[in-house]
Amino acid sequence: MPRIELEYFAQLGEQAGRRAETRETSETTAGALYEELRAAYGFALPAGQMRVAVNAAFRPWTQSLKEGDHVVFIPPVSGG
Amino acid sequence: MNRFLIADRAVDIGALRETLLKPEAGGFCTFEGWVRQTNDGRLVSAIEYEAFAPLAISEGRSILDEVMERFDITAICAMHRTGYLPVGDLAVWIGVAAPHRDAAFKACRYVIDEIKRRVPIWKREHYVDGQIEWVACHHVG
Repeated sequence: MPRIELEYFAQLGEQAGRRAETRETSETTAGALYEELRAAYGFALPAGQMRVAVNAAFRPWTQSLKEGDHVVFIPPVSGG
Repeated sequence: MNRFLIADRAVDIGALRETLLKPEAGGFCTFEGWVRQTNDGRLVSAIEYEAFAPLAISEGRSILDEVMERFDITAICAMHRTGYLPVGDLAVWIGVAAPHRDAAFKACRYVIDEIKRRVPIWKREHYVDGQIEWVACHHVG
């Protein structure tokens, strides 16, 4: 199973209880990985209210994942 | 000239302004965002900003590129802070130099609106009563 590097920001970091982790997953897309993590950590936000970045670039939820990919789920932003 | 900075400590704004001084510019417009002492009726003591820096910088640069294409401006620079900022601290700074004022005002407005809409930065408010909360979004996705 590929190992994925995950980094968590804002409320996701609080809900996951960590800022980062390396995770082995059998899921093959960013969207499926989010659902797996949502079940594990109880993330409140549905994917439809978020975006996802793979290797520091915005990607669609259908983005396929490979060994070593760096994935960040982007909750609604609140800068400014 | 197109610079977007994420800074984890206070930045010398005078130095940023100096980088925008161009002989072909006749107007200069800035926007500053400050930490305000209230939000939604609650007393705020500080705001903590967190950014996914690599993506925040690339998205910020995209915004500045768009602005250079859309508006007749000479130079632009924007800075967003991260970390713990007490009331009164500068959280955002945008400076735009242009041949004429209209484009400078419009470009400045465009940049702050787009930062709020799409740059991966999040704020957590610290309240005077001791509570701490992530702020609900400005926009979705």
